[in-house]
Amino acid sequence: MIVQDPRPFMAVGAAFFAAILVAFSRKYPNVRETWSSLGAIGMFVLIYSMVGDVMNGTVFESTLFMLTDNIGLTLRTDPAGMIFACLSSLLWIPINFYSIGYMRNNHEAEQTGYFASFAVCLAATCGISLASNLLTFFVFYEILTIFSYPLVLHERNEEALSASRKYLAYTLVSGQLFLAGTVGVYCISGTMDFTAGGFITMDMAPVWVLQLLFILMIMAGSVKAAVMPLHGWLPAAMVAPTPVSALLHAVAVVKTGAFAVLRVIGFVFGPALLSQIGMADILAWIAAATIIISSFIALKQDNLKRRLAFSTIGQLSYIVLGASLLTPLAIKGAYLHLVAHALMKITLFMCAGCIIVRTHLHNISEMNGIGFRMPVTMSCFAIASFGIAGTPFIIGFISKWNLAMGAIQAGKPLFVAVWVASAMLAIAYLMPVVRMAFFRKPPTDDPRQYGSISYLMLIPICFTTLLAIVLGCDPELFPPDFYELATTAANKICAGWGGGW
Amino acid sequence: MSLATHAPVFIVLLPLTASLLCLLFSRVHRKLGSWIVQAALVGSFASAVSTLYAVLEKGSHTIHYWMGNWEPPIGIEFAVDPLNTSILCMITFLSLVISFYGKPFLKDEDWLHYGGYYTLYGLLTVGLCGMVVTGDVFNMYVYLEIMSLSGYGLIALGGKKSMLAAFRYLLVGTIAASFYLIGIGYIYSMTGSLNMADISVRIQPFVHTPLFAFSVACFLIAFGIKMALFPLHGWQPDAYTYAHPGAAGLISGCMSKVPAYAMIRYFFYVFGVNNPVMGGLLDVMGIMGVCGILIGSFMALAQFDFRRMLAYSSVAQLGYIAVGMAIGNMYGFIGAVLHLINHAFMKSCLFLVTGGISYRFGEVNLYRLGGLNKKMTVSTVAVCFAVLSMVGIPPTCGFFSKWYLMLGAYEGKQFIYIAVLVISSLLNAIYYFRIIEQMFIQREASLTEIHKPETMFGLPMEMVVPIGITGIGILALGIYSMNIVTYVLKLGLPEVFLR
Amino acid sequence: MEALNDFLARRGIYTLVMILFFLGIYGMVLSKNYMKKLMAMNVMQVAVIFFYLCFAQKEGGMIPILVPGDVNPLDYINPLPHALMLTAIVVSMGTTGVALALLMRIKENYGSIEEPDVLRRASK
Repeated sequence: MIVQDPRPFMAVGAAFFAAILVAFSRKYPNVRETWSSLGAIGMFVLIYSMVGDVMNGTVFESTLFMLTDNIGLTLRTDPAGMIFACLSSLLWIPINFYSIGYMRNNHEAEQTGYFASFAVCLAATCGISLASNLLTFFVFYEILTIFSYPLVLHERNEEALSASRKYLAYTLVSGQLFLAGTVGVYCISGTMDFTAGGFITMDMAPVWVLQLLFILMIMAGSVKAAVMPLHGWLPAAMVAPTPVSALLHAVAVVKTGAFAVLRVIGFVFGPALLSQIGMADILAWIAAATIIISSFIALKQDNLKRRLAFSTIGQLSYIVLGASLLTPLAIKGAYLHLVAHALMKITLFMCAGCIIVRTHLHNISEMNGIGFRMPVTMSCFAIASFGIAGTPFIIGFISKWNLAMGAIQAGKPLFVAVWVASAMLAIAYLMPVVRMAFFRKPPTDDPRQYGSISYLMLIPICFTTLLAIVLGCDPELFPPDFYELATTAANKICAGWGGGW
Repeated sequence: MSLATHAPVFIVLLPLTASLLCLLFSRVHRKLGSWIVQAALVGSFASAVSTLYAVLEKGSHTIHYWMGNWEPPIGIEFAVDPLNTSILCMITFLSLVISFYGKPFLKDEDWLHYGGYYTLYGLLTVGLCGMVVTGDVFNMYVYLEIMSLSGYGLIALGGKKSMLAAFRYLLVGTIAASFYLIGIGYIYSMTGSLNMADISVRIQPFVHTPLFAFSVACFLIAFGIKMALFPLHGWQPDAYTYAHPGAAGLISGCMSKVPAYAMIRYFFYVFGVNNPVMGGLLDVMGIMGVCGILIGSFMALAQFDFRRMLAYSSVAQLGYIAVGMAIGNMYGFIGAVLHLINHAFMKSCLFLVTGGISYRFGEVNLYRLGGLNKKMTVSTVAVCFAVLSMVGIPPTCGFFSKWYLMLGAYEGKQFIYIAVLVISSLLNAIYYFRIIEQMFIQREASLTEIHKPETMFGLPMEMVVPIGITGIGILALGIYSMNIVTYVLKLGLPEVFLR
Repeated sequence: MEALNDFLARRGIYTLVMILFFLGIYGMVLSKNYMKKLMAMNVMQVAVIFFYLCFAQKEGGMIPILVPGDVNPLDYINPLPHALMLTAIVVSMGTTGVALALLMRIKENYGSIEEPDVLRRASK
């Protein structure tokens, strides 16, 4: 049942207007941050009010204006999109408060531009997740690119400059490739509306054209999802303030890339077609290689944020790999991992940010014994690390279980080995941090100055950690029911296609 | 006969009368002349809009306005259809908006310069509108020369170096006009007519002759020079750089677009692109366009002067229009026309901002823009819009023209153009984001102010408002591009695409 | 010889006009003096005017002024190109005027109208 309802646009608009109001209240920090918080809460409430109906099969749709004569700027709520929309709007609330604490305690400059860009990025992410056709998707995709650029550039120094240039180069190229692919898809099929199971069929164009279009569009997603060898911008972009790294480089931007891959595979080409043109296997192998290689690189990083960045690269490729396996369970696992990884990685980054604010430490080798001074932060860090490695009762386990089952379902058990290996490696690169924090004595003549505890930063960390554990114990606990949404989405994509057993 | 039926002629007649009277009235009061010209521009814009409504009411029909009621092909006619009325609306709108912009630059001038500036400004608008509205080939030549001569004058007003730029432009522009005359001569000797609609019928038996090929080549050279198509663009960077900053917005925005329009009018409506000669010509244009896009972008990368960079970027952007024409199907055509309109707004906006920078700081070095985001907020926002549009980020208008061009290229199976469009977007990104970086990152403002800020926006209101309007226009054109394409441009498609 | 005569009879004048036209362009491009460039420009414009007048000609035609009683169009040459060229002459005069004014200002500013001198002083 399709209902015309402006709420999808109101959700995007809430964040967008928050950004405008933030930009105009430059002189009053408290007012400015109130707008930002109100935007976050408003967006979450609007999205949340639709979840129940969406799970019952209602589709909310609204068109703001027409982009071309038959393609509108249209948002539509489907289960797959709702997962991502719920996730980003839910996580904006803790990260917003965390940002306030971080920016104030770290005495950052240009905070107005920061909060405004942040809100626009969230608006764009919401738009991406609910976009109903490729062109709308592209519009928000590019808006996200443009408005995350000032966030990367936030420090305004040489390093940030080169990082932002690198970021822009990668993402703009990916955007243009996506556009070229979109044009091609429109020309061969005459439509752009995402359809579960894909709307392209074999008789529309020669196989090589389909393969070319698939490569173009997947490359676009892969750049943002940082699939190797297109990952170069992500470690560089770690110069941004930590909340930016947390939200944008663990949730919004990179997840957008992964989400784009899922959209292209599940809603444009469709698993049935992809299994015929045979490009998915190549993508799967690239993703598998990325998982392993990035984990090894992460082992060698001393800078905590860089280590987390390489961990992100690996974890994102889980999603890409899950999508390219083309089985119901693997796709479900991919959607779940979207949520799981976001929760865990945002916790890890927020912890890293806390360490930076309180001790100005960036390198792991200097962190011996800080667990005694920051017990809560480092406990959360430890829990999230276990989650990344796939320990049961933390949310990461559920998604990985489904992914692994999906690999078996696809008849490719070799990929299970990849996941197991990567879990081992995750232990290997995250546990040393925990060990440094808790099992090493702090140096007796501790020269480090510890800043004061900021509850604005601590409470969001505890919140996300708690959420990761609760959802890990009972994934169907309360709406937004990510588990059911993911199941519905995966079943819809694979409906009518006998993938798996 | 109500007044509205005369609207097409008022578009040209009002500014013409006003600019001829301008100097007389300026003698009485220094500013009176400028007010008269501006009032005439308001009337001209209103007539253009009412003409647009009249044309759209009739669907895809062309309204013919016969001068003195002499029936063509004997008489001269103004022929308005959805294509040229939309361009007329654009020209008159931009001209009206930018007419306010020149005033702060003329603050200290005497009546002669004040009135003279507005006389030339009005005549430039006359030339631009006349070229677009006319349905007679020789009449177009006359308007071309009116446009060029007033353009030379406005460029020469820009300062010391501008004389040289204007003189060179004059020489090259005269070559272009002569080629155009030769082209007309051949067409006339083949068809015995000067009316476009008449020629389009009578030329058909001749379309395979070498004479026809020679005459269209003359047209290509003539308008190629005037619109600064790639190897013929040599005059353009100097002319745009040193033009009077008050009028640079109009000169850069419209003066190169109108010849492009003339090219579209001749190639698609009069000659028709479905014959081998035109096919070959379009291929040549495609090559020129591609080279222009790439080389223009690279040259823009190498510039230090903001205005000069924009001038080279214009070479590249006009290459888009040429490519759109060269694609030669409906979407390519729509892309070309849409880009013509969009780019006029983008370039005007950027030149208005550079004018504002030179007004306040006396120089426009690209690497000395530090801290502009705090000093000139509206201008910075407008530049951001224009830059995003140049790169082709939705929902600004630049994206949509690129979208249609890509669609056309894909439908025509001319994949090379898609590659070029993608590459050029990225090159645009490189040299335009450089500006944004400079504006936002450079903390120490090394610029010395020659005019103190008069308003909270850092510039006089007469300058802020045009900058703001063109900036908003970029966004509005993007959001309403579907309406422009569906309800205006698609009604005015050449017959070639309707069959 | 026959062929040459034929060529001269049919195309000779056009060839001459084209040579004149390209001489004009040649002069504009290659002369080093702005005044000479301007004169070459005028030569080019005159060539265009000749071109129009040539194709207006017609064997056995006379100047297009109506002789009372003779309304046969074949007796008159085509008047339209002449009318067009009147306009073109006016335009070319206007262009020359503007160009001369610009040249005077260039001379004032740079003290010379020789291209190398002007360019050298302009680049300072």
